[in-house]
Amino acid sequence: MRTRLVVVGNGMVGHKLIECLMGSDAASGFEVVTFCEEPRLAYDRVHLSEFFAGKTAEDLSLVEPGFYERHEVTVHLGDKAVAIDRAAKLVRSEQGRELPYDKLVLATGSYPFVPPVPGRERPGCFVYRTIEDLEAITEAARGRRVGTVVGGGLLGLEAANALKNLGLETHVVEFAPRLMTVQVDDGGGAILRHKIQDLGVRVHISKNTTEIVDGGAHAHRMSFADGDLLETDLIVFSAGIRPRDELAREAGLEMGSRGGIRVDDGCRTSDPDIYAIGECAVWNHQVFGLVAPGYQMAEVAASQLTGGEQRFTGADMSTKLKLLGVDVASIGDAHGRAAGARAYTYIDEPNRVYKKLVVSENGRRLLGGVLVGDAEVYGELLQFCLNGIELPPYPDELILPQREGKKTTGLGVDALPDAAQICSCNNVSKGRICAAIADGAHSLGALKQATKCSTTCGGCAPLAIQILNKELLRLGVAVRKGVCEHFPYSRQELYHIVRVEHHKSFEDLIAKHGKGLGCDICKPAVASILATCWNEYVLKKEHAGLQDTNDHYLANLQKDGTYSVIPRVPGGEITPEGLVALGTIAKKHGLYTKITGAQRIDMFGARVDQLPKIWREVVDAGFESGHAYGKALRTVKSCVGSTWCRYGVQDSVALAVLLEHRYKGLRAPHKIKMGVSGCTRECAQAQATDVGVIATERGWALYVCGNGGMKPRHADLFATDLDQETLIRYIDRFFMFYIRTADRLQRTSVWLENLEGGLDYLKDVVIHDKLGICAELEQEIADVIGTYECEWKKTIEDPEKQKRFRHFVNSDERDNKILFVEERGQHRPATREERQRLAESA
Amino acid sequence: MTAGPSAVRVVAEEETTRAHVDEWVEVCAFDDLLPWYGACALVRGRQVAIFRVGEGQDLYAIDNYDPIGRANVLSRGIVGDIGGELCVASPLYKQHFSLKTGQCIEQKEVSVPVYGVRVVDGRVQIAVS
Ligand code: SRM
Ligand SMILES: Cc1cc2nc3c(=O)[nH]c(=O)nc-3n(C[C@H](O)[C@H](O)[C@H](O)COP(=O)(O)OP(=O)(O)OC[C@H]3O[C@@H](n4cnc5c(N)ncnc54)[C@H](O)[C@@H]3O)c2cc1C
Ligand code: SF4
Ligand code: FES
Repeated sequence: MRTRLVVVGNGMVGHKLIECLMGSDAASGFEVVTFCEEPRLAYDRVHLSEFFAGKTAEDLSLVEPGFYERHEVTVHLGDKAVAIDRAAKLVRSEQGRELPYDKLVLATGSYPFVPPVPGRERPGCFVYRTIEDLEAITEAARGRRVGTVVGGGLLGLEAANALKNLGLETHVVEFAPRLMTVQVDDGGGAILRHKIQDLGVRVHISKNTTEIVDGGAHAHRMSFADGDLLETDLIVFSAGIRPRDELAREAGLEMGSRGGIRVDDGCRTSDPDIYAIGECAVWNHQVFGLVAPGYQMAEVAASQLTGGEQRFTGADMSTKLKLLGVDVASIGDAHGRAAGARAYTYIDEPNRVYKKLVVSENGRRLLGGVLVGDAEVYGELLQFCLNGIELPPYPDELILPQREGKKTTGLGVDALPDAAQICSCNNVSKGRICAAIADGAHSLGALKQATKCSTTCGGCAPLAIQILNKELLRLGVAVRKGVCEHFPYSRQELYHIVRVEHHKSFEDLIAKHGKGLGCDICKPAVASILATCWNEYVLKKEHAGLQDTNDHYLANLQKDGTYSVIPRVPGGEITPEGLVALGTIAKKHGLYTKITGAQRIDMFGARVDQLPKIWREVVDAGFESGHAYGKALRTVKSCVGSTWCRYGVQDSVALAVLLEHRYKGLRAPHKIKMGVSGCTRECAQAQATDVGVIATERGWALYVCGNGGMKPRHADLFATDLDQETLIRYIDRFFMFYIRTADRLQRTSVWLENLEGGLDYLKDVVIHDKLGICAELEQEIADVIGTYECEWKKTIEDPEKQKRFRHFVNSDERDNKILFVEERGQHRPATREERQRLAESA
Repeated sequence: MTAGPSAVRVVAEEETTRAHVDEWVEVCAFDDLLPWYGACALVRGRQVAIFRVGEGQDLYAIDNYDPIGRANVLSRGIVGDIGGELCVASPLYKQHFSLKTGQCIEQKEVSVPVYGVRVVDGRVQIAVS
């Protein structure tokens, strides 16, 4: 007989429980059924706000496709449990189901608390908890100007960020005299408030909302106890959460004094067959509004259900967040409530940085801390705090700025015990990370896969990377960095050498820094570097032999030895005359034609000897090389945009054409692609490109490091509300930084995944000029843009160069292996069998 | 083209050493060849890929047909060395073929014929049997 387990709630924690259970040896002993009130399976609520940055419900899903089917877990999607009959041991649902249980787990989470203000139910008032909430907010924000968040806590500020990104003038109304009362102290709250106001969000503190009525200029007017008024178009309530305990309450289970389902160390409620986990549970008078403790409870409950011994012993509530781009962190006893606790504070008003350490009476242990504006030391402080590591003699050095490169007595990862918990979301210890590294997980990606470390909030990633690097060093894993046997340097280093020492040829470079003759790896790599740095004609005598056949013949080699011709069609926009011209040329030379996946026209099946003739006609018709053969800018795809489309808010075609002309010919470690969409419907698929631009009412949103291809990756939102000039400046810098630092044949997507510090670091470099190189980057790209020449135009003008375009040096005969057969009104290369047949019949 | 590596080497040696003056076929001017690159000549119905290694008169000749990619393209590959072995990388799928022996470095069972090549009075000559 299998144990029938019913789980009410398929949120983050409910799902975790099922995952734990199904991963255990006892899995087959359970028949699991779960009620899921929401219309979709568990998703990552922690990253809910990324929905606004373009993540889809699918991206956010926590359930690996097919997981429930494989484990025969029954899910009642969109059905809510409404009553528990403890005597009969069954659960009733809204849709009339009656499910008997042997064991029941309540994982109902919490609901957003909406203060009982008259008018709170007016249309245009929202909460912020589910994907549906966010969809409704997006819909309501369309064409509106002002948005207000009630509640200046962690979630409230996150909601404020969302409203701001939707283009609304944003207000935050907080009842208490400071923001984030739970996490930060007065000093931190004040700095935080200034910092957020600097960003254009208006903060109103000590405001008690008394009423919401019809507004004059805007939909609503909010009145406050002090007599002030605020007009706004929409309101998001985010004034805290309350455990969803109604089911349990009606079933007569014991409650916490302020609500919540009371549980013991085994996560068991007052009924031994019923467990409660996650935000609906109260343990030791505490409700935990974070996911990590919820996950721990899920593990405990799974252990208890399968006869294990795990116990819940409380959880660390430290948090680190980026709210509206402001780093905020709170650790342990942030308010210094412990007896004898003393504090160090550091305040930097001009830069709006606040840091506080709370230490034990004898000054040896870290009890807690608050960081606002600069949370770099969070990971380190947390480790001091969690592992009771003895503080250095002058603990304040941990929060004082480090100037003139002086490294303070900070804590290296070496000092951490194996038991130190590195990832609190997924309960991963340093020991487990080291073991995974020893087992071959030699990148952060591999570590994530092996241990789940850094897969939830990501706060532990910097520490995990430090451990990874240290361990690799210790294990003597030589990180191979030479591009090939001829150079002991990485592509990035070679790039640097070429720039700094002004090498203009491969021979020069290999003589000075390499050995041997070179090969098909280093030659094209160096050719590409030389092209970016000096932008000389790729078929110049000293460069020609370095080029891969595609670059050598300025065309893409096909399987049968023919080549393809792809002229540039900037932005995908082409005149009828242009279309006719290409059609005529293709017809004349017997080329197969096709619309490419990148909004242009491909003509296949050209023999080398035909290439210059074809290109002469293509150039005469007004086209340029499309660089479809090069590791260079390919296309900037566009949608029709505001010129024709009902929804377009900007002229996406014009921008795409401008961008394509700006970056055409730019050679890079791998091909680069761009896209521009005229509105958020995103018909140009800009988010699947290396640099994507999406129009908004207020300017352009820039996305970077997307990829279609073998391993698709959605681009990351990089900056919003950009005017054209800033947009182009960022793209200039971004491209050059990529070109400087990427490996050979590394697309921007993979490059970013391997970039230490990730997207935030990239933003620091490109937007905030953290490395102080932006002026250089802009100059370098300006040089490339200023020296652009169409390679094909140059080639057809030079009779010497054209001599190379023949199959035989001593004959005008054609390659007898190039044979075509008819298909669908055009021709294509003959297959092997067809070649044989053709040869026989000839 | 399926001959084992040793067979090829023997044939090649015999070819160059025994070649009678009449068997040498003139194909082009030395100046038609680019340093560090290949060119293809048609010699008695065979496609011969001729490579000029370096700036000088160091020439090599192998068959132009890539038996793995099944196309006449080897003359358009990049010339270099792998583990000290002078070779060309097929532009199709990047396997390397030794310029001296025709042996494919990645796939031991594959090789291409090697031909004699020399420069006489500024003209390039090829010997095929
Ligand atoms: C012609 C075209 C297919 C078509 O008929 O539509 C094409 C053809 C080839 N693609 Fe592509 N890709 C074409 C659009 C795409 C797209 C769609 C796009 O650009 O919007 C993608 C996915 C988007 C992306 O790149 O992120 C695409 C992803 C790839 C990849 C995988 C790249 C990756 O990052 O995973 C390769 C392999 C590579 O580059 O290493 C590739 C490689 C190739 C090569 C060059 C393979 C080769 O070396 O021979 C094909 C050359 C055919 C030829 O002789 O011209 N092609 N290829 C498209 C030419 C577009 C153009 O106008 O320039
Ligand atoms: C915008 C936002 C940002 C956040 N950021 C962070 C963060 O940075 N770090 C962090 O640690 N935490 C964060 N959290 C909190 C975190 O999401 C929660 O702690 C976590 O989701 C709790 O999981 P849970 O399963 O207990 O509840 P939930 O994920 O809410 O799941 C409960 C599920 O049960 C369903 N349900 C309830 N009653 C019933 C019923 N009777 N029948 C059927 N189904 C029912 C609900 O519809 C819901 O789907 C954030 C939350 C939000 C909303
Ligand atoms: S998908 Fe594959 S087969 Fe099709 S064009 Fe791209 S590379 Fe060639
Ligand atoms: S601590 Fe949140 S993912 Fe590791």
